[in-house]
Amino acid sequence: MSETMPAVSSPLPNAREPVLAVRDLHVRFAGRVGLWQGLRGAKPADARAVDGVNLELYPGEVLALAGESGCGKTTLARTIMGLERPRSGDIFFEGKPLGRGTRMLREYRRRVQMVFQDPTAALNPRQTIYESIAEGLRVHSITRGSGGESEEQLVARALSAAGLRPPERFYLNYPHELSGGQRQRVVIAGALVLDPEIIVADEPVSSLDASVRGEILKLLLGLRNELNIAMLVVTHDLGLAWTIADRVAVMYLGRIVEIGPAESVLTNPIHPYTRALLKVVPEAGGIDRPFLAGEPPDPTSIPPGCRFNPRCPEVASGAAEAAGVLPACQKQDLGLQELRAGHFAACHLMSREAGVESAPAPPPLER
Amino acid sequence: MSVLSVRDLTVTYYTQAGPVPAVRGVDLAVDKGEVLGLAGESGCGKSTIVNAILRLVPPKTKVTGQILLDGEDVTAMKPGRLRAVRWSGMSVIFQGAMHALNPVQRIGNQIAETITIHGQADEKGAQVRAGALLEQVGLPPRRLRDYPHELSGGQKQRVMIAMALACQPDVVIADEPTTALDVMVQAQVLKLLKELQRELGLAMLFITHDLSVLVEVCDRLAIMYAGKIVEEGPSVEVFRDAKHPYTTALSGAFPQIGDRRFRMAPSGLPGDPPFPGGVPEGCSFHPRCPLAFDECPTVEPELYPAGDGRRAACLLVPRGERTPVAP
Repeated sequence: MSETMPAVSSPLPNAREPVLAVRDLHVRFAGRVGLWQGLRGAKPADARAVDGVNLELYPGEVLALAGESGCGKTTLARTIMGLERPRSGDIFFEGKPLGRGTRMLREYRRRVQMVFQDPTAALNPRQTIYESIAEGLRVHSITRGSGGESEEQLVARALSAAGLRPPERFYLNYPHELSGGQRQRVVIAGALVLDPEIIVADEPVSSLDASVRGEILKLLLGLRNELNIAMLVVTHDLGLAWTIADRVAVMYLGRIVEIGPAESVLTNPIHPYTRALLKVVPEAGGIDRPFLAGEPPDPTSIPPGCRFNPRCPEVASGAAEAAGVLPACQKQDLGLQELRAGHFAACHLMSREAGVESAPAPPPLER
Repeated sequence: MSVLSVRDLTVTYYTQAGPVPAVRGVDLAVDKGEVLGLAGESGCGKSTIVNAILRLVPPKTKVTGQILLDGEDVTAMKPGRLRAVRWSGMSVIFQGAMHALNPVQRIGNQIAETITIHGQADEKGAQVRAGALLEQVGLPPRRLRDYPHELSGGQKQRVMIAMALACQPDVVIADEPTTALDVMVQAQVLKLLKELQRELGLAMLFITHDLSVLVEVCDRLAIMYAGKIVEEGPSVEVFRDAKHPYTTALSGAFPQIGDRRFRMAPSGLPGDPPFPGGVPEGCSFHPRCPLAFDECPTVEPELYPAGDGRRAACLLVPRGERTPVAP
């Protein structure tokens, strides 16, 4: 593990130091074979859920991580939280590599908080709201705030910041007495009480009613603006990314294939996969447009070359062949190349059209 | 005449906490070849309407009003007639196809069973028809011999669609058919449904909380709030230029990418949808309404005409005041 953080690969204009950086991260889940196949010598194939990801999160930015189910976006978020162990690669928090030591992880886990998809599952049904929120403080042995506040003052402040006012009214409630939106606010308050630098939110509104979602998103955006908390928001919903994200990263089969400023990625995407994803966002007045065929791909057998090539519309239409990049698409793995200011994509065809070489692939996992 | 029409439907559940009026006077009509979308949030009564139409509500539930399928009242059908009508007169595609299939039966047999039970073909004929149905929903006929666990989520939902079409029903009810699916697969399944509906001239009632999906596949939309329909009309018009403030808010929850009004500006409503047992007096939406005025807490609005085949239950409509479009 290297002691210093390598140079930033995707700087923002007027970039500061990233608060969080991920370098060549690989996460694998062990594959299994049945007894009979095993006896006949079949070898299990690991699922390469995260397969060489590089990513930076800057202070106070909202970064949306989008992709199909099974693309590895949730695994990446969980690994950043320290909930999955990476096979290789590094995570840097404020420039320092994240160790595996308990004390270091504990401090890190205070400053990086997670908001899960389903607040009903995230809250203990037999704990009052006060206890749920104070638990975080107790786990981290925090008895006084930085300004000498008592535990109750800290809980009250977190509840108010999450929009549950007056906070005292909710102390003795149980989760089942609250609505879905209120429960998600409790989960957010539980994150805020520890005064985090980063919030990782995995589909924070997808289990909520449509009319309530906007309020929760408003809350998250407000926290960024007022407390300068950086956020990594995992979502399958590109419309949500449009409403709250500064930057958008698109993941496909364990790798980020496009990343850049939200407006650039969402209104003028570079990678054919991003274009395909945008096409499935429902549109008023008809469904008669072509969609990408096939099922979400299998992370146990990632195709050689560009991992998107078997489904790529540019390959199917012959555009890749006409541009002379088809052999590269089928054989040469590639990394993210800056094709516009701060906007990176991993596509042989688009690199060729921009008149640049494709970037080399991130180093493979050493065996 | 409408293939399916619902007239003044009320559904009241009896619970330990007392009666819960889940549906409070709903009129709906679906014509042949038309897709009607029913949108609303959890607890608004949309799934209760589906269950009432299919007569699947719990035994002690009180249902009043009429549900006419080709002119015949479903609420008054005898059990035998009901059994004959289910699946051949109207069929349903439930949400969560994953759990609706029998895990220990080959899917071919499950599709064929529907056909033989309704006496539409013998064993052999039913298998042939099942194969044809699979092809129609975009699966190779050899998949007939698969068990449900061998199929992906999207493929299972395709099988459910094949089953719903097995007995050539006039009406298909789709209750959140794509909610559990991945975005890409959802688009494929929606497209398939729309193509089949068009090809077979089906009447379809499409229910989901996702307004953006409805606008894509439906001809008309009905928006429900607290057990009542609050707005109704041609789908694109309702979505783009809502007459009811609730519809405006709901449309705002599904931002159009590229639309500057939504950029860094999530919009939502304060409060939560009411629990069916505790619907507010007057206009049920008034506690959350940004446009509420002094009459709203006392006067219950009816569905007022709001131009071209449109109706909206907002007191501002008859006053000729337009509600603002999405923020």
